[in-house]
Amino acid sequence: MSAAVSKGSSSGSAGARGNSGAWPTDVVVVGATSAIAEQCTRLWLEGGASTALLIGRSASKLDAIATDLGVRFPAATVTTLVADLVSPSSISTVVAGFAGPGTPGAAAGAGLTVLVAHGSMTEQEESQASLAAAASVLEVTGVSPSLWIEACADTMSAGTIAVLGSPAGDRGRRKNYIYGAAKALIEAMTEGLQHRLAGSPLRVVLVKPGPTATPMTASMPQKGLADVSAVAGEIVAGVNAGRAVVYAPLKWMLIMGVVRNIPSPVFNKLNF
Amino acid sequence: MSRQRVSSWGRLSDDEHEIVPITSASAAPEILAATAPGVARGMERSYGDVALNRGGTLWDARGLNRFLGFDAETGILTCEPGVLLRDIQATFSRQGWMLAVTPGTSVVTVAGAVANDVHGKNHSTRGTFADHVVSLTLVRTDGTVIVCGPSENRDWFEATCGGLGLTGLIVSVTLRLKRVPGPWLLAENIAYQSLPEFFSLSDESEAEFEHVVSWIDITTDGGRRGILSRANSTPSPHRSLPRGAAGVGATRGGPTVPFVPPFSLVNKVTLPALNRAYYRLQHRSLGSAVVHYKPFFYPLDAIQEWNRAYGPNGFFQHQCVLPRSVGLEAVSEILGLVAASGQGSFLGVLKTLGSRTPIGMLSYPQEGVNLTIDFPNLGASTLALLSRLDDVVAQAGGRLYLAKDARMPVSLFQAGYPRYAEFLKYKDPGMSSEMSRRLLGS
Repeated sequence: MSAAVSKGSSSGSAGARGNSGAWPTDVVVVGATSAIAEQCTRLWLEGGASTALLIGRSASKLDAIATDLGVRFPAATVTTLVADLVSPSSISTVVAGFAGPGTPGAAAGAGLTVLVAHGSMTEQEESQASLAAAASVLEVTGVSPSLWIEACADTMSAGTIAVLGSPAGDRGRRKNYIYGAAKALIEAMTEGLQHRLAGSPLRVVLVKPGPTATPMTASMPQKGLADVSAVAGEIVAGVNAGRAVVYAPLKWMLIMGVVRNIPSPVFNKLNF
Repeated sequence: MSRQRVSSWGRLSDDEHEIVPITSASAAPEILAATAPGVARGMERSYGDVALNRGGTLWDARGLNRFLGFDAETGILTCEPGVLLRDIQATFSRQGWMLAVTPGTSVVTVAGAVANDVHGKNHSTRGTFADHVVSLTLVRTDGTVIVCGPSENRDWFEATCGGLGLTGLIVSVTLRLKRVPGPWLLAENIAYQSLPEFFSLSDESEAEFEHVVSWIDITTDGGRRGILSRANSTPSPHRSLPRGAAGVGATRGGPTVPFVPPFSLVNKVTLPALNRAYYRLQHRSLGSAVVHYKPFFYPLDAIQEWNRAYGPNGFFQHQCVLPRSVGLEAVSEILGLVAASGQGSFLGVLKTLGSRTPIGMLSYPQEGVNLTIDFPNLGASTLALLSRLDDVVAQAGGRLYLAKDARMPVSLFQAGYPRYAEFLKYKDPGMSSEMSRRLLGS
């Protein structure tokens, strides 16, 4: 029985971007003021999500993004929430507030996508120079996002939990191993959650964006930096499809595959 | 801050600049004070040196790309300076609004559109970009913040629209969008075989069509045939959007010129064939069709980095406006000089401009006929040809478009832009570009 059930792409913008996987109805973005997170939120609303909850530390930055999204998508409901992103008690309160029993997030079921996007961009030299700075990077970039996804996994019964890791977490390098170690922590967390939740209607996606042109990297040489809206397009497609790991751009999967497999005696002589 | 090589669209130079990101409007005064002199850069779609400052500072506000407010009753939009016209068109065409005036590429920032006071295919009815600007906020390098518009600080507004980014850094723009029935246009292509035929067709079209433009075949028979395109907005609710029409994120799609070839692909050998092929292609699609705004307004946006096709030495674009009274003769003379030189162009644009006096002191349009021609940079012979074309423009009482210029002599600038002396009173002494040093002395 071969029924021609697929009807081709319907009108509307969602079809423009390879409508792989389910498009969320409700999105929650933790660390919503990062450039990649902001672009992803735009794409989800453009593709048909009807609500977005933006969580971050700065009220003024969140408001600016919410205003922009309100102009772009007048039919969508965009709300903001200022929260402590690091404290475990704050994390559990906030997650219960958007995904706990009786919340719109719970009602959205499989239509709920949470993206955990925050992290610290502290330079390696700075975090290498003081243990306090290193501890802060590990906490903000590694521990905190891990707790967010753990809390989401404990609270949500369906939907998608996505978190930004990094190719830097694939192998420690002298240039960014403290940041990389924090991202590696996230990777092991997502692997464990994927194992724990296998077969359930809750999916966990690890996203690894390569170096991207954003305000945070504006002062770096721009050669080789990926366009933020292109990166966001790949992230959104991968998260919607529920893939376990999403490299964006995809070339980083190949590059890191090679980097991971360089024998240590050779690797330790390389300078990159 | 970082040192980066920057080329403008013509790829005539590739010099290092200090790129200084503007992280927010509120941080701008401090950043400008610390890093002046400099000039703002946008998407580098200007062809020449208007947004270059070799060895010096380029302020980069492309990260400021958010909408700040929109009134769905009046169509008045306020946005940050780095918002792309592409983003405005994609976002608001879905809501029944579009830019009243747009240039031939959508990959430009809104502040760049103001600073060059761009115009489109509807100059006769809608004027320039600045005619639809309600208000601008400028930050000067001395920390002064100036809000200006048609009825507020009008002098600053006239200096800033078309002011080449030299009166202050634009940190917000408020514009009035135009009501449209949707993203569709009813467009018609008509072939013409002579310049007089172009003029009569153009006049006839402007009575009934908002958008009128023509491509002229520069290389065949000394340049006299072409295709005139004219269009009006049209409702067409049952069509689905073409791929990639979605706007945000739609940066891919369409072919890219993947690298700079070792020589210009546009040359004596290929040009006649390219032109004939394009003419034949267009000739097949004569008649009317409903088209999306993208291929009509922005045909070249479909080929990413098309400027690479001119090879490692880059190219010049000569865009002039000639008074209507002498337009036919002057256009014929220019086409004759180009034909005689053997240096031709694939891109030839002929269109008429309306009588509306532009707002900006250095705005380009004036009543008459606009002729745009690209030339691969062959060095001295190209410069000599351009200088002969300048003579025709000067004699006719015309002017060159500053957004396209990389080499016009000061005399032609001063003759074409008599308000330049008035403009100098508003120039920020802490702002300087290759072009300002070349044409305005600092």
